[in-house]
Amino acid sequence: MIYAKDINEHTPWQDLTPGGEIYEPGTARAFDTGTWRTNTPVFHAQACKHCMLCVPFCPDSAIPVKDGKRLDFDYMHCKGCGICENVCPFPAITMVTGGVAR
Amino acid sequence: MSNRLSGNEAVAYAMKQINPDVMGAFPITPSTEIPEYFAQFVADGEVNTEYVTVESEHSSMSVCIAAQAAGARAVSATSSCGLALMYELLYVAASCRLPITLACVNRALSGPININADHSDSMGARDSGWIQIYAENNQEAYDNFIMAMPIGETPSVRLPVMSCMDGFITSHAVENIELLATDAVRKFIGEYNPENYLLKKENPLAVGPYDVSPYYMEHKVLEAEAIKAAKARILEVAAEFEMISGRSYGLFEEYRMEDAELALVLIGSTAGTAKAAIDKLRENGVKAGLVKIRVFRPFPGEELARALANTRAVAVMDKSEGFSANGGPLFAETRSALYDLKERPYLINIVYGLGGRDVKTEDVEKVFCRLANIAETGEIGPIYTHMGQRSKEDIA
Repeated sequence: MIYAKDINEHTPWQDLTPGGEIYEPGTARAFDTGTWRTNTPVFHAQACKHCMLCVPFCPDSAIPVKDGKRLDFDYMHCKGCGICENVCPFPAITMVTGGVAR
Repeated sequence: MSNRLSGNEAVAYAMKQINPDVMGAFPITPSTEIPEYFAQFVADGEVNTEYVTVESEHSSMSVCIAAQAAGARAVSATSSCGLALMYELLYVAASCRLPITLACVNRALSGPININADHSDSMGARDSGWIQIYAENNQEAYDNFIMAMPIGETPSVRLPVMSCMDGFITSHAVENIELLATDAVRKFIGEYNPENYLLKKENPLAVGPYDVSPYYMEHKVLEAEAIKAAKARILEVAAEFEMISGRSYGLFEEYRMEDAELALVLIGSTAGTAKAAIDKLRENGVKAGLVKIRVFRPFPGEELARALANTRAVAVMDKSEGFSANGGPLFAETRSALYDLKERPYLINIVYGLGGRDVKTEDVEKVFCRLANIAETGEIGPIYTHMGQRSKEDIA
């Protein structure tokens, strides 16, 4: 069995799976899709009331939550769509141009 | 046991003996009878196949893909525009490496719309990654269908198989054929036990994920290796099949080729007509022969080059146009295969029999007459011509 963790962009064809089959769940976690981003949300922790409105609206599950508090963005999966900024009732999220949070 | 069956009946009967898990069923002339006969087997409880009636061939192939990915054996049957409507899914089936079995009853692909036999439907799908095996007659249609699963399901191959026969000429003509006992068929094809499948609960599987550029090329190489591996497997399965049936199959059939100087290369039911013409020519001392291509994908290039190496002139007969303006698809493959020979025969291409246009023994004799003339004079004349059309010009 070939596992996703053993495959990368240097793996020769002989060691890949037929048809690109993936033999385990949840492998999107390991795959960096944040590089597609052209706009980036910035999290201002001091302004956040942890109302959690942004979390279910995020189409990419890129807002991690721990112990009832939202954490900073998961930039490995955030596509920069800006929905979170739009739904945030507080000035806790602002969008900046470009793929990197500055 | 011997029986009188049409080509469609023979394939439906093979399906009954196989008892597949799922059939994606949608009718289209001339393949309609296959799902029709099979529906009766389902209704009579002779098979326990999940018979899924769908709204199009796009869906019948989608059903097959989903079922096969789930770990089931899936079959379907189609023709012409039905195959064209499956086009996208044919590529999905092959690239997901799902060994689905499809009966393709060859019919002209529109337009103008026409329901009769030629190979333009399956030739359009020749680059989809499917194994393509063509039958000359009802017996071969039956035999090829039974051999399809042991070929496609082999782990080193894992590719779908298109088992083709000529519409009406083969699908609707009734012939005496030899059927195997159902037990023998079941034993021959065995159980389908893929290593991984969607319903294997202890091992979740994702099939057909998006493939980014850093991986796509590698997966295509894997697929190319699989179809290369299919060639040896096809011969292995043919040898095993001969043990239970007494009938021998190769990648192609050589008919009176031992000392042939003039030869035809063609596919399908026209082989019967050509054999009759060749027998007659042989009586008159013409060293005529035939190579009937059985397996078109993978193409038996090296083997075909060896078979034609000692001929002087060859006519490749395409029962589909191709519109390359440079000859039909079988011609392109054959001419490419012969390139590596040190001494090559003269090679011409004749496109014939489109949309059910009849071909008679006299037509085949005319082709051999042209080949004899080429071999004698070394004057090849026009390389790519059509035969059987009304014309103001007189071309054999």
